[in-house]
Amino acid sequence: MPTDLDYLAPTTVDEAIALKAMPGTAWLLGGTDLLPQMRAGRKAPERLVDLKRIPGLHEIRESADGGLSIGAAVPLADVETHPGVLDRFPLLAECAKTVGAWPLRQRATLAGNLCNASPAADTAVALLALDAEVKVASTAGRRSIPIREFFLGPGLAALSPGDLVTEIVLPAASAGFRGSYLRLSRRKGMDLATVGVLVGKSNGTLPARWRVALAAVAPTPLRLRAVEELLEAKGAAAAGEAAEAARVACRPITDLRGSAEYRREMVGVLVRRGVESLG
Amino acid sequence: MKKTITLEVNGVPETADVEVGTTLLRFLRDGLDLTGAKEGCNEGECGSCMVLLDGRPVNSCLVLAVEADGRSVTTIEGLGKDDVLHPLQKAFLSHAAIQCGFCTPGMIVSAAALLREKPDPSEDDVRKALAGNLCRCTGYRQIVDAVHAAATEMRAAASVDDEAGSGRLAAPEEVTA
Repeated sequence: MPTDLDYLAPTTVDEAIALKAMPGTAWLLGGTDLLPQMRAGRKAPERLVDLKRIPGLHEIRESADGGLSIGAAVPLADVETHPGVLDRFPLLAECAKTVGAWPLRQRATLAGNLCNASPAADTAVALLALDAEVKVASTAGRRSIPIREFFLGPGLAALSPGDLVTEIVLPAASAGFRGSYLRLSRRKGMDLATVGVLVGKSNGTLPARWRVALAAVAPTPLRLRAVEELLEAKGAAAAGEAAEAARVACRPITDLRGSAEYRREMVGVLVRRGVESLG
Repeated sequence: MKKTITLEVNGVPETADVEVGTTLLRFLRDGLDLTGAKEGCNEGECGSCMVLLDGRPVNSCLVLAVEADGRSVTTIEGLGKDDVLHPLQKAFLSHAAIQCGFCTPGMIVSAAALLREKPDPSEDDVRKALAGNLCRCTGYRQIVDAVHAAATEMRAAASVDDEAGSGRLAAPEEVTA
């Protein structure tokens, strides 16, 4: 770590945004990705702006439209155990609890997991499936980015250097989806997904709505709307067809966690299992 | 760049000037001579540096000392008392849940955090809570058994406390008293 590294801990969003204007400034949330990256020399900020002292960013609260808003500094351990998340957005809890291990999730945040824009981000698939909105503040004002426009490529999110993600909103219309996040990794804890498949189905609406999203099998996390439409038209009986469509739609690479061929086959297997479990 | 921090470590107030880049782990080990927390991987994978930060288990190699300003830290040294081992420490000894011992402080700190949240954990609960703590000597059977034995002892002590009229659950540190 450089010896001239500076650290600031503002207590308001406006103060934080103003501090970020200086070049070489990085946001610090859980630090679970940033600190190892700095140690490895992959990132070299000159000063860290810690967002965890901003009270408003620690809240999970009901949003105006009846959805749920999760502050940027809320650790994943609190997301996965929050009664409102478990009751109305259980798919997010399913995904959150697969990140790292329990102590890591005491620090790691939902916003941090998103902003890293890893193709393997477990929480990203839930947020894609649930049509989340990412709330952003900058010196230019406040705006909202639909999650489907958020991921641009590996490590690349639709954010400018001055942008601060303040909260992630789960809309009321996405409440009630049930399903599973089927995830393969080399060991059960502390490993990134080799393949992650989320399959969800609406509860009580007729006809049923479906959600299918994939992690670690494309340059970004993927939502497969065409597969969802297939299931909405034909139901769980079309599990095999849905599996084949997902297998064709993914664009995996070969790396140390698995070959492209293996990942593609597993997408098919896991989508079929996920759909059949909701049949 | 140096910053002044004030925090509580194992119940003792501490004030120190620390470099921003200094991790909580290095501060505890080099600054306060609390060498129970170990530096294994130094990237949050192995769990040997586990401490409690405001009661939550954290990898202290992934926390900057400046982030702990105004917070409360409990290390393995703060779980037992001078001459009285914490029930988890006793159980790890009696179950031979150690070989080289390098991972043990981290294992015990994670387990202590689990038992505060879930005094009667299932095997699955224990294994998930310890998924961030690697032991490279042996398997995890004795470790899981030791956590369950300690949980049983702590629940028994808590119910004795309740019968004695305190009317509350004892915190783990108080069970040994």
